[in-house]
Parts: sequence; structure tokens; C-alpha cells
Amino acid sequence: MADEENNEERNEEKKEDAAPPPEAETAAKADAVESTEAKLETEPTEPPLAPPVTEEEEPALVRAAYEHPLPIRITHWVNAISLFVMVTSGLRIFRAFPSFGAKIPENILLDIPKSLTLGGWLGGALQWHFTFMWIFAVSGVVYVAYQVVSGHYKTMLFMPRDLAGVWPMARHYFLFGPKPAATGQYNPLQKLAYTSTIAFGVLSLLTGIVLFKPAQFSWLAFLFGGFHLTRLWHFTAMCGFLAFIPGHLIMVVLHGWANFYSMLSGWKREPEYQE
Amino acid sequence: MITRLEDKELKRQSRRQLLKLAPVAVLGVFAFPKVSGRLVSAGVRFSDWASGGLFRSQHLAQTFSDSDVVPFEKFPYNGYDVLDPEVDLEKWTLTVEGDVRHPGEYKLEQIQALAKISQNTRHVCVEGWDVVGSFGGARIADFLALVGANTGARFLEVECVDDYYESIDMASVLHPQSLLCYEMYGQPLDRKHGAPLRLQMPTKLGYKQAKYLDTIRVTNVLKPDKTGYWEDQGYSWFGGL
Repeated sequence: MADEENNEERNEEKKEDAAPPPEAETAAKADAVESTEAKLETEPTEPPLAPPVTEEEEPALVRAAYEHPLPIRITHWVNAISLFVMVTSGLRIFRAFPSFGAKIPENILLDIPKSLTLGGWLGGALQWHFTFMWIFAVSGVVYVAYQVVSGHYKTMLFMPRDLAGVWPMARHYFLFGPKPAATGQYNPLQKLAYTSTIAFGVLSLLTGIVLFKPAQFSWLAFLFGGFHLTRLWHFTAMCGFLAFIPGHLIMVVLHGWANFYSMLSGWKREPEYQE
Repeated sequence: MITRLEDKELKRQSRRQLLKLAPVAVLGVFAFPKVSGRLVSAGVRFSDWASGGLFRSQHLAQTFSDSDVVPFEKFPYNGYDVLDPEVDLEKWTLTVEGDVRHPGEYKLEQIQALAKISQNTRHVCVEGWDVVGSFGGARIADFLALVGANTGARFLEVECVDDYYESIDMASVLHPQSLLCYEMYGQPLDRKHGAPLRLQMPTKLGYKQAKYLDTIRVTNVLKPDKTGYWEDQGYSWFGGL
């Protein structure tokens, strides 16, 4: 808690620094950035050209972090679009046989409103599904490969040591408990959520392969308990995504523009954490 | 990694990075119905092309013991217009056309005289249901040998008494589990399941396994927009499992 209060104080100090009068902003040179820190130290020793405006010439500094490298941002948005298409067209496909049991007799599990689906009919939905499954698969593989190769995964992969931090974070979000101090780019609950989506992605891809080619990939079908059961696992993976997406979107709204914009530009202005 | 930048520089960097995302906007074309229709059709063609590459001509679909087979009355049937086109079973013959040495009319007895294959395999419907059934018939490959078909041709077209039609890639046609099926559960094929003769291919979806066969044709070219009843409306042409 003490740490957090300090952070907030420091943030506020920075914000004051970062709001100079417009004249100073226009006067500042872009190339000043590399040497900003050095300048801060040397500034007081420099002979002031016009003593009354010394403070205004001090470059305005903003704390920022390049959080999301380009491959992560591209795959994030391609995945987001693909997931939207895969879920809505998938629900349309599911409407053709909304059950996991036998065809005779057929127990209708749920009647999904047509308005929530894409494709217009089974064949149309299959076209969307068969198109975007390739886009989703490629994007997913590129995403995971980049995470692994770049080492970027260390910021988001949920590890056993994160386990202890999940409950305090959940308590903060859902029960208005105290806010745990931010220690890195993502808190333990975020890491759990993001890591889970990778698991859902892997599950949806592998089960999708079985549903697409159960005879050619009979060994994979066997691992999932056969073709019939695989359909249930495929649906389960979608439920996982459906559990993640609303929470993710609510958090994006709650955390405001700077946070959302970082997934577009990579740069996070005034991140909560230190380092 | 936190850095400290001038506000203006941060904005500049952010803008530059934002612009690098522009290629993702290409996916926006899918929002236009006129374009997206063509694109998703192309997506299905790509899937079919990949499916053809994944198909292994000697890899057998899973077979099941008699105890895994569903009771006959629980084996579903989907008709596309009529459930029974009232085929005259006495006069029925199979017309053989196209790239074959012996075209003409073939009687059911001639097909039944070929080696009989009995198999318990999974029937998968594009709708999502699946059922394990018991089927008997002659290998299509054996019948094509009988009629002297050019199996180097690319397709087998079939036409049905109920005006249903299909076309199938030759690799799948020649698969050892692809049958001209005249029996289910040890009984002659009944009228709801396609009497007297249907295709039965455990490496294909149900809609490829045409019932009430009337004509088969060996060919290298398919008529555009006449590749299969459902395919012409948007289903995958390969339809393979």
C-alpha cells in the first residue's frame, strides 16, 4: 500500500511537469528526447538566456512504456476479428444440430437467436467458418511463436507464483477490495485470463482439426475421445472465449483511453507500474 | 520498460506505430456483403484444395464392432425433396457414361456379383450429428474396373432418381471404403435410405453420399454451377472427412 501511494504521488508530480504552457511545447525540439534525462540534470547549471522563462523551457516529460510490439498488436486485432466471425458463424452451424447427443431422438439444448449469428444459413455460416479458421489459425500460431521467440511471454504467461495474487485482484475487481500494488505490465488475474485464452485457442484449433478431418486425423480424434465428443470440446473452447471476452471488454472500458490506445499504438502513457 | 519522453515525441511515436497496424484494416472488406460473399466462397475453395492435399487414399476411416452400431431405427435419414422417389426396383438399372470402355445399363445383380464389403463406419452429417451404421456393398473401385473406367480421370459425377446430383474427386471414389451400397444392417437398402443403390463413403460427409443412384459418369470436367445439389448453394465441394 505504501508503495502505491508513493507511485501516485510521483505520477502526480510528473503530470504537473508534463503540462507546460503551449509556448514551451511548440518550442521543444523532437530530438531533445534522447538526452532528456541528461538535460534535466544539466539544466540548472546552464546559463539562462532569459531568466524569467527558465522553467518553461524545461522539456515536458511523460512516463511511457512500449507495451505491445507490432506482431502482438496485429495478431491481437486479427484474432479479435476472427474470433467474432468464428463464434457467430459457429453458433449458426450449431443451430443446425443444437445438441451433443443422438440425432434420434434429438434433444435441443438451446435455441440460439438467429440475430446473434453470421452466415444466414448453415452453408453460409460454414463458408465464413472455413475462411476464417485459416486466418485465426495462422494469426494464433504467429502470436504464440512471437511470444515464445521474443521472450515477450514473460510479461503475460501465468506461472504458479502468480497464483497467490489472483484472489486479491479478483477481490478488488468484484468485491471492491483494496487495490493490490501494480508490479508489472499485467497483474496475476490478467495473466491468468490471457494465458487461458491461449489454452482456449489451442483447444479450439485442435478440436477444429478433428471436426474438419476426423478420418485423416483419427489419432487426434482418439485423443479427444472420438469425433462425437470432440464437438463438445470445440463448443467448450468457445464458451471459454465467451467467458473471457465480456470481462476483457469491461476492463478496457474501465481503464480508459490510454490503456485501449496502447493496443493500437503499442505505447502506454503513464503506466501504473514502475521499473 | 518505462521510458520518459516528451509529450510530443510520445504522440509522434504512437502515431507512427498506429499507422503500422493499417494492414489489419484489409479485413474490413469482409464487412461489405458483395465482396465478402465472393471471399468466403474463395475461402471454401482454399479449404477444399487443402482437403484434397490432406486426403490419404489408403488411410482407412475408423471401423466399429457390431455393439457400437446404433439400432437401425435410430439411423437418421435426410431427404432433400421427397423421402421416397418411388423407384421401380424391378426395372431399375444403373446408367454408366463418360470415360469408360463399357458404357450402358447395369443391373443390381451385376453389382452384387462383385466382392461384397461389409463395414461398420461413422456417418457424419454436415449439420453436426454423427451415427455409426452398418453398410454392405461393392467397392466403387471394383465396379469402375468392371466397366473399364479411366480411373485417371478426375471426377465421378452421379445423378439420382430424385434429381439430386453430386460429383466426387477420383481419389475418394477409389478409396477402399467407398462403396456402391445396397445393404444396411444386413438387409436390402430400404426406400428411405436410398433403395436400391446409394454411395457410402466414410471419408465423406453425408451430403456427398448420394442416394437413389440413377447414372454415374466418369469425367475430367465438371459443369460449372452443377457440381452438386448443395455445393451449388454454397457447401464445400470436397466435403471430405
